[in-house]
Amino acid sequence: MSTANKNLDIKVEYVTRVEGHGNIVVNVKDGKIEKCEFHVVESPRLFEGMLRGRSVFEAQHITSRICGICSCGHSLASIQAAEDALGVVPTAQTIKLRKLLLDYEFLDSHLLHIYLLAAPDILGVPSFVPLIASHNAVVRRALRMKKAVNDVCDILVGRHVHPISAIVGGFTKLPGPKDLDAQIKILESMADDLGETLALAKTLKFPDFHRETEYVGLVSDDGEYPLLMGDIGSTDGKRFKKADYLKATNEFIDPRSSAKFTKLSRDSFFVGALARFNLNANKLHPKAKAVADALGFKPVCHNPFLNTVAQVIEVVHCYYHAMDILLDLKKSGLDYKQAVTVGVNEKGAVPVRAGRGVGSVEVPRGLLHHCYETDAAGMIKKADCIIPTNQNINNIEYDFAKLLPEIINLPKETITLRLEMLVRAYDPCISCSTHYLDVKFVD
Amino acid sequence: MKTENEPVKTAAKPKVAFFDFACCEGCQLQVANIGETLLDILGAIDVVEFREVMSEKYDKDYDVVIIEGSITDHHAEERIKKIRSRAKVLIAYGSCATIGGVNGMKNSFDLDEIRQSVYGKDYKLFDSTPTRPIHQVVKVDYTINGCPIYPPELIEVLKCALRGVPYTVPDNPVCAECKLNENVCMYERGISCLGPWTKAGCNSWCVNNGNICYGCRGEVKNPARNANDVISKYNLKPELIKNKFDMYNKCKEGDINVNRK
Repeated sequence: MSTANKNLDIKVEYVTRVEGHGNIVVNVKDGKIEKCEFHVVESPRLFEGMLRGRSVFEAQHITSRICGICSCGHSLASIQAAEDALGVVPTAQTIKLRKLLLDYEFLDSHLLHIYLLAAPDILGVPSFVPLIASHNAVVRRALRMKKAVNDVCDILVGRHVHPISAIVGGFTKLPGPKDLDAQIKILESMADDLGETLALAKTLKFPDFHRETEYVGLVSDDGEYPLLMGDIGSTDGKRFKKADYLKATNEFIDPRSSAKFTKLSRDSFFVGALARFNLNANKLHPKAKAVADALGFKPVCHNPFLNTVAQVIEVVHCYYHAMDILLDLKKSGLDYKQAVTVGVNEKGAVPVRAGRGVGSVEVPRGLLHHCYETDAAGMIKKADCIIPTNQNINNIEYDFAKLLPEIINLPKETITLRLEMLVRAYDPCISCSTHYLDVKFVD
Repeated sequence: MKTENEPVKTAAKPKVAFFDFACCEGCQLQVANIGETLLDILGAIDVVEFREVMSEKYDKDYDVVIIEGSITDHHAEERIKKIRSRAKVLIAYGSCATIGGVNGMKNSFDLDEIRQSVYGKDYKLFDSTPTRPIHQVVKVDYTINGCPIYPPELIEVLKCALRGVPYTVPDNPVCAECKLNENVCMYERGISCLGPWTKAGCNSWCVNNGNICYGCRGEVKNPARNANDVISKYNLKPELIKNKFDMYNKCKEGDINVNRK
């Protein structure tokens, strides 16, 4: 066989068009794969350590800064964990507004990934910059949609990057009737661009690759596509309460590398849009279901490259779900007495107790867990944050192990690009990876 | 008089690069949030490196580099020094770069202790140094404050940097803007707020939205006239205020060493 004496050395330092820093290392000697790994080399920021001694009322503000792209997601997981620890039960209105915020987060992050980070691979260019000349209308549409989502977020929570008004206990500022109308109007103005996005999605071609794995995400007993509330579930039939999130992550250190990995029923599992689709496709908004049908996309899909397609479907879901919430709020009106002023709770507006709380929230890249232990004064004694990308690394490496032999006869550049594309398909958010261990290179 | 729309007078467009260090990359994202106006900016400059959104690399000198994030390990220190040596103008971009930001909270702990608390016994596998803002490692020419940055300020600073004229950060406290925005003072609502001590320029973004000021833009040289009175008037525990300041401004302690040099 021609591969018998194939030698290959690939080292991609700082994979581009992903959030944060990661490397790909491949060694093939005499046709034998000695190494095919994805290394996280983000410099540690030690968030979990820094949270110790801070008030649990500050945790949202601090953990939002773990990631600029998922700052609303981190905020919501943090608030859920803090409220669980304090025994605060959010009102129905607050939950509705948080779901709306999460819809905006998904729209923003997925659009960024689909257009600016993933599309250049599919269109065969190194970044969106050459697309300004070759696909000007596409770039303009992407920036226009991004701006529109940013604008509705500004209205709802002050800004998208590090939301201001979403805190423990509720919202410091509630959208007035004009604010609701403004958000509806902006979303309506996106309708044509959304249609064009779907037309674009239909033309995209992805590598044909399949590997069975376990898909993990929120599951629920009601009919709503679960992003904020529910239990932790998997396509292998596992189900846990959020308080037992550690049973669903099982972090371990593998001799292959010193990065912390996670697993559940098998060697590895997948979190993210494809996992959510595979678990809950029947709960998508009818408009999103219609798009999935039109794209011929059915659960259970085992091609990780199609995570980007699942994101397109979720864009449609979140768009219409957000619109439904806004119209519902407009009809019922808001109770403005529910606006909260908390600060660090120095006036004791929220009763404080010692406790442990868990927040598990679907964020664009998958299931995110925050867990805080607090003392009687509401100060954090211990914090744990398990990030979606952290959970996916193990799965990426198992994908590498299956993919590489399938493409080993292709030119080195093609192999490198394909491996990078696979990493980008997961939409990894490495700055988020709060607790990775370093990896030693074998030269 | 110079007009705001004066074109950049260069035959070749200035080469601009973005680099990220320890941070959340949210300030980079603020660039994408500018919308289609971004294409006008991109028409005036030549972005040669921007890892989060580009695969292209560049090996010559830069006219302007925009640096996001703090310096938190030895590798980062070497890297920023190399970038500085190739850059005519360096802009520190966002709180992590300008004042250390939330990364600075690490400096409140013994370094080995906090590393061990997160990574356990293998903590030494991961290099880590006390957090430093960029100006504590290399010379900074312009600063854009905030967590995240306020996009209109980015455009103002870029205009100044490309023309080579200085940009002065307003040295007023956030209260000045907050009053113009007719917000009810947080202290009147019984909540402590860092507005009296924090540099304005954000248009009192957080207080406008019902939250307090957390001091993300750094300390003002001349605090609001009544700032000291606030502590006694509202019977605040000084350690409460100090603790709040440390969320963004812990690295300020490192400025003493820089000033001595």
